[in-house]
Amino acid sequence: MRGPGQGHGPGFTPPAGKLKLSTVARLFGLILKDNKWRIAIVLLCILVSTLATLASTLFTKTLLDDYVVPMIGQAAPDYSPLAVALVKLAAVLIIGMGASYLHSIMTVYISQGTLKTLRHNLFEHMERLPLSYFDSRSYGDIMSVYTNDVDTLRQVIGQTIPRLFQSLVTIISTFVSMIVLSIPLSVISIVMAVIMYIVTRKLGTLSKRYFKKRQEMLGKVNGFIEEMVSGQRVVKVYCHEQKAIEQFSELNEELRKSVYNANKIGNIVMPVNGNLGNLGYVFIATAGAAIALSALTGWYFCGLNGSVLTLGTLVAFLTLHKNFTRPVTQISNEINSIVMASAGSDRVYDLMDQKEEINEGKVILEKTGDCQWCWKTPEGESIPLKGEVSLSDVDFSYVEGKQVLYDINLTAYPGQKIAFVGGTGAGKTTITNLINRFYEIQDGKIVYDGLDVRDIEKDSLRRSLGIVLQETHLFTGRIIDNIRYGRLDATDLECIEAAKLVCAHSFIKRLPFGYDTVISGDGGNLSQGERQLLAIARAAVAAPPVLILDEATSSIDTRTEKLIQKGMDELMKGRTTFVIAHRLSTILNADYIMVMDHGRIIERGKHNELLAQKGKYYELFTGNQIV
Amino acid sequence: MYKTILRQFKQYKTAAILTPVWTAAEVVLGVLIPYVTASIIDKGINAGSMPNVYKYGLYMVGMAFLSLLFGILAGRFAAYSSTGIAANLRDAMYKNIQRFSFSDIDKYSTAGLVTRMTTDVSNIQNAVQMLLRVSFRAPLNLISSVVMCFFINPRLSLIFLVAIVILATLLTLIIMRASKLFQQIFRKYDTLNAVVQENVSAIRVVKAYVREHHELSKLDKAALSLFRLNIKAEAIMALNGPVMNLVVYGCIISLSWFGAHYIVEGSLTTGQLTSLFSYVMMVLQALMMLSMIFVQLTQSAASVKRIAQVIDEEPDMTEDDSPVENVKDGSIEFNNVCFSYKEGGDYALVDINLRIEAGQTIGIIGGTGSGKSTLGSLISRLYDVSKGSIKIGGVDVRRYSLNRLRNQVAVVLQNNTLFSGTVLDNLRWGKEDATEEECRQACISACADEFISTLPDGYNTVVEQGGANFSGGQKQRLCIARALLKSPKVLILDDSTSAVDTATDGKIRQTFAERIPGTTKIIISHRILSIQHADKIVVMDDGRVKGFDTHDNLLKTNDIYKDIYTMQTSGAEGDFDETK
Repeated sequence: MRGPGQGHGPGFTPPAGKLKLSTVARLFGLILKDNKWRIAIVLLCILVSTLATLASTLFTKTLLDDYVVPMIGQAAPDYSPLAVALVKLAAVLIIGMGASYLHSIMTVYISQGTLKTLRHNLFEHMERLPLSYFDSRSYGDIMSVYTNDVDTLRQVIGQTIPRLFQSLVTIISTFVSMIVLSIPLSVISIVMAVIMYIVTRKLGTLSKRYFKKRQEMLGKVNGFIEEMVSGQRVVKVYCHEQKAIEQFSELNEELRKSVYNANKIGNIVMPVNGNLGNLGYVFIATAGAAIALSALTGWYFCGLNGSVLTLGTLVAFLTLHKNFTRPVTQISNEINSIVMASAGSDRVYDLMDQKEEINEGKVILEKTGDCQWCWKTPEGESIPLKGEVSLSDVDFSYVEGKQVLYDINLTAYPGQKIAFVGGTGAGKTTITNLINRFYEIQDGKIVYDGLDVRDIEKDSLRRSLGIVLQETHLFTGRIIDNIRYGRLDATDLECIEAAKLVCAHSFIKRLPFGYDTVISGDGGNLSQGERQLLAIARAAVAAPPVLILDEATSSIDTRTEKLIQKGMDELMKGRTTFVIAHRLSTILNADYIMVMDHGRIIERGKHNELLAQKGKYYELFTGNQIV
Repeated sequence: MYKTILRQFKQYKTAAILTPVWTAAEVVLGVLIPYVTASIIDKGINAGSMPNVYKYGLYMVGMAFLSLLFGILAGRFAAYSSTGIAANLRDAMYKNIQRFSFSDIDKYSTAGLVTRMTTDVSNIQNAVQMLLRVSFRAPLNLISSVVMCFFINPRLSLIFLVAIVILATLLTLIIMRASKLFQQIFRKYDTLNAVVQENVSAIRVVKAYVREHHELSKLDKAALSLFRLNIKAEAIMALNGPVMNLVVYGCIISLSWFGAHYIVEGSLTTGQLTSLFSYVMMVLQALMMLSMIFVQLTQSAASVKRIAQVIDEEPDMTEDDSPVENVKDGSIEFNNVCFSYKEGGDYALVDINLRIEAGQTIGIIGGTGSGKSTLGSLISRLYDVSKGSIKIGGVDVRRYSLNRLRNQVAVVLQNNTLFSGTVLDNLRWGKEDATEEECRQACISACADEFISTLPDGYNTVVEQGGANFSGGQKQRLCIARALLKSPKVLILDDSTSAVDTATDGKIRQTFAERIPGTTKIIISHRILSIQHADKIVVMDDGRVKGFDTHDNLLKTNDIYKDIYTMQTSGAEGDFDETK
């Protein structure tokens, strides 16, 4: 589908932006890699079909000069030579037709295949990127690489490049035939082609300013619409409608003017070139007629092969001229659309060039039994995982120079529950992001059962850390598949057991198709509480030795709330747990409460001890500021 | 449907009508040119007359210039009218959206409205421009070329007719087969995008469970089926080329054969034969254009439908003809109110009866889906009740002018929005001519001044789109200040302090009591702490009022309230820190 940025007339694209050769070259490399023989076939086919077209054009000359004219005036003209010639022509044309069909099919395979590979490569690479990539970009920006940018590339691969090649072949082959037929007429034709090329480029440059303005205005208006329509409810509540309309009308009119100015020039290109072609036609016809009539025979009036200009030659030449000038405009347009698409390929390759997550750890952690995890020493000895995690002197910043965690020191012994409390931006979530290495620490050490987490192979580290996030994300598919997401080799029975353990079974059973009910990714058909229960079941089926929980803050109805609480408690049993706590019960059950403020742990201890301190915890708990 | 769109040509109508006129003139000239060429060959070259060559050459030059002129005019007018209608469509939609009620907005969704105003409008703009320039050109070209052929040689022209019929049939067949496949392809694109979308938004889950490979195989599966469908569809579309070639070549060969005969017989001249060759190309190009138009039309039909829907939408909320302008006081009365979001749908509120005195502070509590937000939104008539009535200051809300009502009943919505501009600009939404001091006072009441004054640019700090440079709690406080500037008779806070820490939450309540004692304050929250000090508390459950009393009384008599209270204070929800 065409994006909002393309409103110009058919067949005209203005030059925009700068061509970045490196990304275009990489794109060509990708196309070449899997398609060498297909490309060879395409090139061959284009050559064959262009030559066939040329043959049919040249045939008009032969038809008149060699067959028709000699027969005129004959009493009993013999048509058989003509019939033979026509059959020969038909054979050539059918070969050409086959070649052009084969070429189209091959192009489809090349372009679609390249797109498939490109999508695969993009996605595969994206999966290896660190979390910071996703956190620092809006989700719409990432999506548009897959939709808009890949789509522009599809056009370049599937249409622009083959057409460009075809135009080149046409130009070269017609040029050769023209020179052979007549030198002076070829000169006229070339002059006309050059003029057309210059005019097209000139119009392009002329329109560039307007197209830039148009792009700017489009961005502005779309931004305004996006913002105002998203805030439409607020607009209504504040009775801002009239003002919103006034602002919009102004912008809208400005946009209309800029689009008009740009399209106006875009629309001129077609008639200008068409009629330049017509003018060339006249010049050639006149000059040709003059030469033919005066029977000028100097070598410079002949063709390259020394043939004198005849009527048949002139007619054939006129068609050749048309074929010669058409691709000139086309080439200039195709070059522009490659330039336009290069912005898209830049974004695609920008994603491809992002640095992958560091994963230099060698130690593998494995699930060996029902609730049994082990790690292997270099000597091949299996040592059971206990789930002891400690952070020492950890400093961290998302952006250099803006430190968010300072000197974090804590140890969670196997089976202990550590609760983090504190205001937004205190650094609670950040700590949990470091344990499973969503982000890398700048200073200090995180140790898991005596192993530096950096020495543990990342995938196995993450597998051994269960996680339940505040925001529940589910995937389109069946309920049971969503639970199995925790451990892909879990049997149906194990999934159901996990659901039972965390109190999710009862609501799932009430769904129309039970565990086979298909849910959509945003879980639209489930309540928030039910989605949370599924996320807990997902963690339960993974049965990891260490858990990271981020309690949801939004309140849900009391019944589900109780279920979730019970489910969480079951899940935490016997596991080392880090929990970002919002529920009092969780906090009361914790072995240690860490009170965080501005990236530091400022208080730590049990509930009663902390209350007695009358510090920040007391303040948070009672809602009273202590003077 | 198309009428709605066509009506929007308005001041650009003349241009839209003139475009095809210029095009027609251009086409006629374009068609005549090969005829003149034939004359150059026949009357000039064959007759050995150089003056004739010049004469017809001159004709042709003149015609080329005229055709250029008409072409440029057609291009200009097409650009003018197509961009004009696009602007008018945007305008018409935007104006009507401003009239939309909340339920209308719910119906379309924000994303739906934005796409309609951007992508759909561009689609129509392109289609209109193309239609104006091409749709007349193609049939005109077709007809005039055929006419010229008949003029030159009726017998040979029969070849054309046969060719046209064959080509038209084959092209239609191809397009019909392909367009069915393309529809399937669009759906497959959705599947593919959904995989990427889910993956990107749930990347933490994917990484936490090390499911990168699993996700990749999902994508590969979607990409593969898209690949297969595309190959199938494009292979069918690729037939276009050979079919075209087949017909063109067929024409050329039969023209050569029969043409040769006629020339030898003397009933056709060589010049005429060459112009016939030109007309073959013209006719076939015209047919190709027609098939393109057909594709474009089917593509833009969806956009036309979506836009017409918005423009034709009649907002479902009407104003009283002689509305009451002033809200006397902040007393609120619910009489047997029932409400459903969809006509004939399940009731979201059932039999609500409440009496609230002016100046009271009322808390509304209940779980998600209990109807507490819905109850609040009915007061400022964001939705109309399905049954019963709501009175403010003793007058039914439907009798007030909407503007006045909403200015005097201020709502701070759950998902409140800040707009790009400065902090002051945003505050002045509440009161257009508020002085800086007034704004500051409102911010002090909403505990927003404390963080605004620490910003380097203070009240002139620029708010990024969506308020991205403020934290959730700060945004909420700004929104409260904005509402306070209206000096409303009723202030409704719909979960508006959920991201504000408890201490500040308490401070805001305190300043409300001191600074706006006469305003009725309705606080909707799921936090007991936010509402327990209210004069009275409404307990909502499953769309019904299950209790309406003071905190102390409710604790004694109301089981639901007691349940929530125990859970929040000793059980499930401590919730004593800031949340997002």
